Order: sequence, then C-alpha cells, then structure tokens
Amino acid sequence: MSFTETFMNGEQGLFKHKTLTPMQKLTLRFVVVGLVYYAFAVIEGMIMRVYEISAIPGVPSNQFFAILTAHPLVGIFGSTYSIVFGAFLFLVPFLMKKPLWSIKLGNWTFILIAVGTLTFWLAGFVTHYAPLYTLYWPLPADFTQFSPVGGAIFILGIALVMLGTFFFVINIFKTIMYTPEGWDKQPSGALLASAIGYSGIRNLFLNKKKQKEHLVSLPVAAIARGTVDTALNAGILLFTGVLILVYMVAAILGYDLKHSAVDALLYKNWFWWGLDLIADGLVLIFVAGTWYLLATLITGKKLYMENIARAALLVELVVSWTVWSHHLMSDQAQPGFLKVASGEMVTAFELITQGLAFFITLVTLWSARPLKMTNPLKFLLGGLLGFALAVPAGIMQADIGLNRILHNTQWIVGPHVHVAILVGLTMTLYSAIYFLFPILTNGARLYSQKLANFHFWAHLAGGIGMGAFMGMAGLKGMLRRTIYENGEYNVYMILAALAGSLLLVSFLAFFYNIVMSVGLKGVIGIFQPASKKTKDLLPSE
Amino acid sequence: MIDSNTVLTGQTVAYTFYVLAIMALMGWFAYNITREGKSNAIKPALFYSFVGFLIVLGVSIHIITYNTIPWSKMDLNRKSIIPDKVFDISMANHKFILPAEKLMIDCNDMVMFNVKSEDLTYGFGLFRSDNTMVFQMQVVPGHLNDILWQFDKPGVYSIRSTEYSGPKGVSMIEKDVVEVVGCEPDAN
Repeated sequence: MSFTETFMNGEQGLFKHKTLTPMQKLTLRFVVVGLVYYAFAVIEGMIMRVYEISAIPGVPSNQFFAILTAHPLVGIFGSTYSIVFGAFLFLVPFLMKKPLWSIKLGNWTFILIAVGTLTFWLAGFVTHYAPLYTLYWPLPADFTQFSPVGGAIFILGIALVMLGTFFFVINIFKTIMYTPEGWDKQPSGALLASAIGYSGIRNLFLNKKKQKEHLVSLPVAAIARGTVDTALNAGILLFTGVLILVYMVAAILGYDLKHSAVDALLYKNWFWWGLDLIADGLVLIFVAGTWYLLATLITGKKLYMENIARAALLVELVVSWTVWSHHLMSDQAQPGFLKVASGEMVTAFELITQGLAFFITLVTLWSARPLKMTNPLKFLLGGLLGFALAVPAGIMQADIGLNRILHNTQWIVGPHVHVAILVGLTMTLYSAIYFLFPILTNGARLYSQKLANFHFWAHLAGGIGMGAFMGMAGLKGMLRRTIYENGEYNVYMILAALAGSLLLVSFLAFFYNIVMSVGLKGVIGIFQPASKKTKDLLPSE
Repeated sequence: MIDSNTVLTGQTVAYTFYVLAIMALMGWFAYNITREGKSNAIKPALFYSFVGFLIVLGVSIHIITYNTIPWSKMDLNRKSIIPDKVFDISMANHKFILPAEKLMIDCNDMVMFNVKSEDLTYGFGLFRSDNTMVFQMQVVPGHLNDILWQFDKPGVYSIRSTEYSGPKGVSMIEKDVVEVVGCEPDAN
C-alpha cells in the first residue's frame, strides 16, 4: 500500500469502523479524546519547561500560571480519566461477561468529561484564572488577581467533569450488580460484597473448605474499590467548587464576602483529604488492579497470592482515606499527632500495599516464563519501574524532618509526581492500550513495531530523566510553582527540558503509529454513530 | 547542628543507590523473563518475608530520621522549648513585614519565627546565598505559624515565600535580611 492509502485506510486496510459495536466505539472515543488531552498536557508541560529556562516573549507570567493551573487538571481529568473510564466501562462488562448497564450513560460520561475539560481549559487560557489545582484558601476567591467570571466558568468546567464521573460510578456499580434481560436473578448484594472486598477479607479468616468462591474477578474488585474513591473525590471537589462559586457569584453581583468565614487550615484538610483519594487511593488501586489484569491476561495464569492481593486492595482503600496529612507536614498549626499518624505512618503503608502489588505482578509474570517481549509486557514493566521509583521518593518526603527541606521543591513534583504519573501510570495505561488495541479494533494491525519500540524507550528515558533533573534542582533548593528570572537553575532546567522533549517526540511517534494503523477514515469513523445496534461488547460474527 | 545540605546529601546517596539497584533488578527481570528456564514456585515464606521487610523499612525510615535530623524532635516539641529570640513577622498584600531591617541572630541561639498572614496562604523559607534551602513552612491565614531553629554557623540568608499566592507572589523575596554572627571561626 502507498503512504497515502495507508494514511487514509490504515495498515493493510484492516480497520473497518463499520464493524464496531457501540461499546467498542464508546471506548475508542474515550481513548482518542484522552490521547488528544494528553497531547495538550505534554505541550503545556514543554512550554513550562522552556519558561523555567527563560521567559517566552509574548507569554506573560499570569499566562504561565494559568497553564500551570490547567496542566495537571487536563492531564488527570481530560486524559487519564478519559482513558481509564473508557477502558473500565469496557473491561468491567467484558470480565463480568454481561453488557454494560447503560451505554447511554457511558456516552454522557464521555461528553461531560470532554466538554468539561475544554471548558475549564479555555477559561484558564482566556481569563488567566490561576489558583492552581490546590486552590489554597482564599486564593481561588482573590478577585484582586483573578476575574470572578473566568473563575466561575472554570469551576463550571470542573463541575461537568465531576458530573460525568458520578455517571461513571453509577454505571460501574450497576453493571456489577444488575441482572441482564433473560438472565437468572443475580445476587446483587453478594456481588457488591465481593467487589468491595468483604468476601476476600472473610476468606482470609476461614479454612480452605469454608472459603467462598469470589463472585467477581480481582481486576473488577480493584476497579470497584477505586471507583469508591472516585465518587468520594468527586463529592469533595463539587462541594469545594460550590463554596468558591458562592464567593464568585457574590463578587459578580457586587458583594464582597469575608474570606475569614472559611477556616483556611480546615479547608486545606478537607481538600487534601479529597485530592488524596485520587493521588494516593484511586491511582494506586486502579494501577494495582490493572497490573493484576494485565499480568493474568499476558500469562494466562492465575494471580499469585490472590486472596492477599484482594485484602491489600481493601487496606489501600482505608489507607487512601487516612493518608492526607502528609500534604500538611509543613503546616505548623496542623496537630502533631496527625503529622505522625496520618502523614508518616499511614503513608508508609503505601510502600507496603504498592510493594505487594509489585511483587505479586512480577511473580505472576515469572511463573509463565519464557514470555515474548510484547508491547503490553514491556510497557507493563515500565509502569512497574515507574512506581518502584516514585513511591519511595514519596515516602521520603512524607517525613517530618525531610519535609522541612523538601516541601514545595522540585523534588516533590519531579521524582515523585511526574515519575509516578508519566512513567508509572501512563506506561501502565499504554500497556493496556497496546493490549486492547486488536480487541477494540476487531483485529487491526499496528503500523510499525519500530515506532512502538521508539515510543517505549523515548518515553521511559524522557520520563525518568525529566523527573531526575527536576529532583536534582529541588535538592538544590529550587521551588515548584514559581519562576526564576535569573536562570539560577538553568543547567538542571535545560536537561529537564531535553528529557521532556523526548516525551513529546515519543508521544508523536505513538500517535502517528496509531493513526497510520487505523487510518484517517478510521479515526473519523470512530466518532460516527455505530451502524450495529447491539449491547454486545464485541461483534458476534 | 547538622544542616539541611548534609541531610540532603545523605538522602541523595541513599536514593541514588536505590534507583540504580531497582533499575538493575528490572533490567535483569526483563532480560530473563524472555529466556527458557525453570520458574520455581515462589514460596509464601518469601512473600511474607518481603512484606515484613517493607513494614520494617517503612517504619524505620521515620525512626532513623527522628533520631538523626535535629529539627524533627525540636519541631514536635517546640511548644515546650523557650527560645533565645523571637521574631514576629507579618505577611500581607504579597509583602513581608519584618520587625527590623535586618534580623540579627547570635550564634547557637534558638530562634522562633512567628509568621502571620493577613490575607492569603503563603510560605516562609530561609535560603542561603547559593539558593539552597535552610528550612521552610507554610503560612496559613487565621493561624499561628511558628518555627524554631538553631543557628550554629555564620551566614547571611534571604527570606522567600515558598508557597504560590498568585502571579503577584513571584517576587516575594527579601534578600540578605537574616544574619548570624558570633560563631567561632572553625564552625564554618
């Protein structure tokens, strides 16, 4: 095939979008939009990397901080939520061997997340609303620096994403519990108990004869437990958004509400409690569940220590509810016992829960050797390495002594945050995308394995390299969330930007590879209505 | 007192060693997973030993730092320590309001910095002339934000806000406003 033919019709013309079921189309739409928002986040990241070396002409500092505000939100909500929700809306019914409870609700989740992300991104881009994702009180309501109208549109965008998130949560739990048409009545209570981990914990205390079989598979249990945190997090963000909105509406109407009506420390506690449900709960639980799923799918073997893995997921859920205080180690008014108990000790439990998931996944893979080094396997190993690097970095900074000299430095956002998200989480997601690609496209073939190999190595080196150089700057005192106008850290920032550019190039290689695999017509076809009217996940013929 | 540079050097060495070890392990695993060979079942004893190791490691990190980093204990017990000197500092409208043009500290003094914010959430950090950090804390409005520190080396330090408080906060730096004097020459 010529280049033009491949570009239009995909590798060997194998991808036929008209053969896709509505569920396949829904999942692929989530993935495509998630990847487009990932591109937003990477480009924004590169703009900031360059800005940290030297101010870019025509980009004022308030635009820089608007980008800094939108960047993590676009990355988490626009990209990661889209890809994860799309994958899980497909995988839960796939693993439960029954249709999704509501494709319509799934479509609404997709629309709300896509539109909500664009809304808050545009609000930030146009009006420079920039309180950062942390929204430390009363900065989001400081109308001497920010426009209340821009802020209100920004909050509206976040609220749309949260509404879509609630629809996702409902769909996941209803899919686990409901009885499809023509089926025998399903034990919804027992299915829920199995999904949230009650039966797994119970089995640990029973002898083998009395142990009950798990009604839902371990990956579904992981998704269900992560979804609990997703719901709680959406509730906290919505509540906070409404609070900020009250101040914005009052300002628009000409009233000046007192900021001191809200206690800044209490606010910080509840906000971080909610945010950590994503950062420390949802991510680690969803990621562990995805590792288990990929390890069992790649090897075809049963998961090593399955009951322990189930129990560990429930422990992680409790950990994620009680871990928030490590973000307040430098807040002197925060009670000392919370710093020690929640900030240090509970956080240390993440070393244990994530270490278990790491060990169990590696042993499960090892049990099936020799394995072919496929794309899903190599990206899975990359994801495992990412968390193996980032979690201990996080444990170190969650220490009363070390936090005093690390908090808000580039160490936090480099070796911990970016290595966890870019190497740990994103490479795990890439593993799932490469694995699901032939399933979701009814057998389409990847355009170039060489590009896939380049994607792997450039992403791995870029992610670890960028995190490392940011971390080195942090150890030399470089703060995050600020601008150094005199080039104090240029050596580290130039190296971090070079590593960051590898991430950008690797993504472009991946995106080009995918477009050439399914063709431009195929990409457009994904967004056209499905010609097959079926609730089945995959075509029956 | 051990200073932050010494602590961070220790951390850098420990973390670098760990990074090299875990990368080597993953490289070895990736190479061998594709090769023919025995896949002996991993005994549960090894698994439980690994769990035990993680528990000991997670807890011992904090025990070690508590007993080796001097400001950890001092910070948790600061209410019961009488400082040699107290500086009351305010922050408002993206500016520091210092009690004097220069904050002079005698060597080995225990100094309490009480910092209040009149409006936004800020940060309060002390930095050396090479931009490395001595310490920092958050400054939350409506609450007392206090930090106790002992200075046993001569030097001139700058104060900088370590928390984002909007675009106006970028220039919240007070250059060379803290000076420690009177240390023995060999204390440097």
